[in-house]
Amino acid sequence: MTSLASNFIGIRSPNPFWLASAPPTDKEYNVRRAFQAGWGGVVWKTLGLDGPPVVNVNGPRYGVIHGADRRVLGINNIELITDRPLQVNLDEIKSVKRDYPDRALVISLMVPCDEESWKSILGRIEDTGADGVELNFGCPHGMAERGMGSAVGQVPEYIEMVTRWVKQHSRMPCIVKLTPNVTDIRKPAEAARRGGADAVSLINTVNSITSVDLDLFAPEPTIDGKGTHGGYCGPAVKPIALNMVAEIARSAATRGMPISGIGGVTTWRDAAEFMALGAGNVQVCTAAMTYGFKVVQEMISGLRDYLEARDMALSDLVGRAVPNVTDWQYLNLDYMTKAVIDQDLCIHCGRCYAACEDTSHQAVAMEPGRIFRVKEEECVACNLCVDVCPVENCITMRELAPGEVDPRTGRVAGGFRDWTQHPNNPMAQAAE
Amino acid sequence: MTTTPMTPGVVPGRLTPDAYAANFRDVAPPLDEHEARVAADRCYFCHDAPCITACPTAIDIPLFIRQIATGTPDAAAMTILHANIFGGMCGRVCPTENLCEGACVRMEAEGRPVEIGALQRYATDGVVLSGVHPFRRGAPTGKRVAVVGAGPAGLSCAHRLAAKGHDVVVFDARPKPGGLNEYGIASYKAVDGFAAAEVDWLLGIGGIELRQSHRLGEQVTLDGLRAEYDAVFLGMGLAGVNALGIDAPEIDAPARRDAVDFIAELRQSDDLSTLPVGRDVVVIGGGMTAVDAAVQARLLGAQNVTIAYRRGQDRMGASVHEQDHAVTAGVRLMTNAAPVAVENGAVVLGYTADLPDGTLLNTAERISVPADMVLTAIGQRLAGVPDAVAVAGGKIAVTGPGRTSVPGVWAGGDCAAGGDDLTVTAVAQGRDAAEDIHGFLHAG
Repeated sequence: MTSLASNFIGIRSPNPFWLASAPPTDKEYNVRRAFQAGWGGVVWKTLGLDGPPVVNVNGPRYGVIHGADRRVLGINNIELITDRPLQVNLDEIKSVKRDYPDRALVISLMVPCDEESWKSILGRIEDTGADGVELNFGCPHGMAERGMGSAVGQVPEYIEMVTRWVKQHSRMPCIVKLTPNVTDIRKPAEAARRGGADAVSLINTVNSITSVDLDLFAPEPTIDGKGTHGGYCGPAVKPIALNMVAEIARSAATRGMPISGIGGVTTWRDAAEFMALGAGNVQVCTAAMTYGFKVVQEMISGLRDYLEARDMALSDLVGRAVPNVTDWQYLNLDYMTKAVIDQDLCIHCGRCYAACEDTSHQAVAMEPGRIFRVKEEECVACNLCVDVCPVENCITMRELAPGEVDPRTGRVAGGFRDWTQHPNNPMAQAAE
Repeated sequence: MTTTPMTPGVVPGRLTPDAYAANFRDVAPPLDEHEARVAADRCYFCHDAPCITACPTAIDIPLFIRQIATGTPDAAAMTILHANIFGGMCGRVCPTENLCEGACVRMEAEGRPVEIGALQRYATDGVVLSGVHPFRRGAPTGKRVAVVGAGPAGLSCAHRLAAKGHDVVVFDARPKPGGLNEYGIASYKAVDGFAAAEVDWLLGIGGIELRQSHRLGEQVTLDGLRAEYDAVFLGMGLAGVNALGIDAPEIDAPARRDAVDFIAELRQSDDLSTLPVGRDVVVIGGGMTAVDAAVQARLLGAQNVTIAYRRGQDRMGASVHEQDHAVTAGVRLMTNAAPVAVENGAVVLGYTADLPDGTLLNTAERISVPADMVLTAIGQRLAGVPDAVAVAGGKIAVTGPGRTSVPGVWAGGDCAAGGDDLTVTAVAQGRDAAEDIHGFLHAG
């Protein structure tokens, strides 16, 4: 049977599925249940300075975006780092790690931006037996107002500085968790690398207001008539996360840096996609918060079946799609496809027609009897019909064979010509 | 000795009070808010949706379902009621599997349509049962229109005319308005007096005067109406019932009744335990009326109920859903069995065969089905049409939106040609005739 055993920057776990630092990993009871359910590792909910613990709101702390049938597409939260005493957390971490030596246990940390604070907390966690630390430079709410979390993650110089302190005062592997609330994710990743980080993990949550109460005229979740932006996570943020992971994986300055992929991982397939784009493992939160810890069992069986069917090792998957992530200007403009509607699968809903006729290129014909056909002479292959069709594989894209002429443009398919070579590009270099 | 389903003869009180209540409760209980949201989420919001095309009143179904899905069921109700003022009843009684739901693309996708009928009821109940009428009358036109028949066609027509500012007087032969909604539908399809409540709510628009117990040709005449009113709409349904056409000796048993009367009596009853029903009931016919009568005979405590239909099952007027309902209720379906005689205590049926050319072959084979009660449901026919009005094929001949051969006289519903003898087609015809009448009155 294909092994899913994972070695991420020297931290071993029986599978690459870790629970992210978040509400599910706040205490021993939850983490033990997670390990019993099969999770390969956890990043313990962020610890802060010793002293009076942080205080959370006592009203709702989560907002939600629902899809059809109240399927959770995204959650935002305004919860802070752990609100339990430091020593309680440390004792529990030690106890869990002792009983689960084969699982990864990483401690997330967030303390003020001075060397002494970091040195002190690193000293406190040393004898817990934990496998590594993750620096929380990502939380966008609450703690950021106090100069921590994403307030650090948005300033590359601070990332580099703190990372350097951590590497100086600890022998533990160090993962830097990045905030997506920046314009260019590569800059904080480069800073982490300069500071000596062993890996980056991303994305933390996205600044967001999920909804507005139209009776109270206040953002949700609403606390006594007011709301604040929270951190958005779940399936809705996956596309943002995949892009950011890929940017770091393919950037010259950060290439090869281990990445722990986070952001809307809900199924084995999501996990495989993150890994194909360069993540060495993945961290999960919202899927567990929505369905409970058992979801990991589907992730394990699904990823194993996928690898087995292709006779691939887990390491073969990591980064396999990275060479195929490129800039727009290098896409082949002589690659042509046309939408094809499978008349046997078509249920005649006409959504392809409405989408194309109203908002696109008038390339779907509606014939008597609600027969929908693609007009190849109009089809620009935009894929919108494929996207809105409710039936899987009913509408597909047919590649034009080499030599075939696109009836829309008169161009012959099968060659290679990207924007850098295109005659319409004033900066083009000679193609031939 | 107490009366039970086994007691011979036609007797009342075969069941316990609890059994009557259980048997005649809502056959399709309303969706609650959660169920409605889940059901609404399944709609694909099709382009030029086939369900709309399949609806005789062309309700914008994807729109109203989206309005439910987004938490605005009252807006959904208005979408429905603008097209079909009897949306509440239609949501209950439409043979949706042959109309909107049969056309739903989900049928093709999974064989399970969006529950359009139930969703329509969910939306309209909120508005109709509120008792508050949501439509406003237009400015008074001073025009007066007479409507004959307070059924779905007549009241649909009256409502649309009233909305346009015309004054409407509705003449109806029965003591209560509603027509077949009130008298002709199985009790369990419209419980808690819904038909009457819906009519009351409909009349809330104002400008509609009801004159019950006024039958055309008796208390009023077409000539009289034409003289007094600016236009006349005929929507009096099919008042006659077809005869069995076989020799039926004067014997005590089986007792014979028209199924429509049986259904009407049941609908109007305050105490079901007073209604007599046979132990062995045979219903002759194959349409919705036959099923409604047969099922309700069972629910009243009849031990054995048989529907005998002279053609094959595929020719039955009752929808497959209705047939299934009958079978589930314990009714026996006998097809290709035509009545040939009534004997003491039995109905004699002759087996038939449907020939490829569509004709029916009567064989010499006979089967005798014990019966102490026979209900005939072999169709209603036009009755009481004034001589001046042209009739074709047993219905009032109409052109376009219900124009009869007589100027200034329109017709719609079951009495007029072109419908399917469904509530929803009657509503559509009444509505469309009203629009035409409005144009006529405007031009005049």
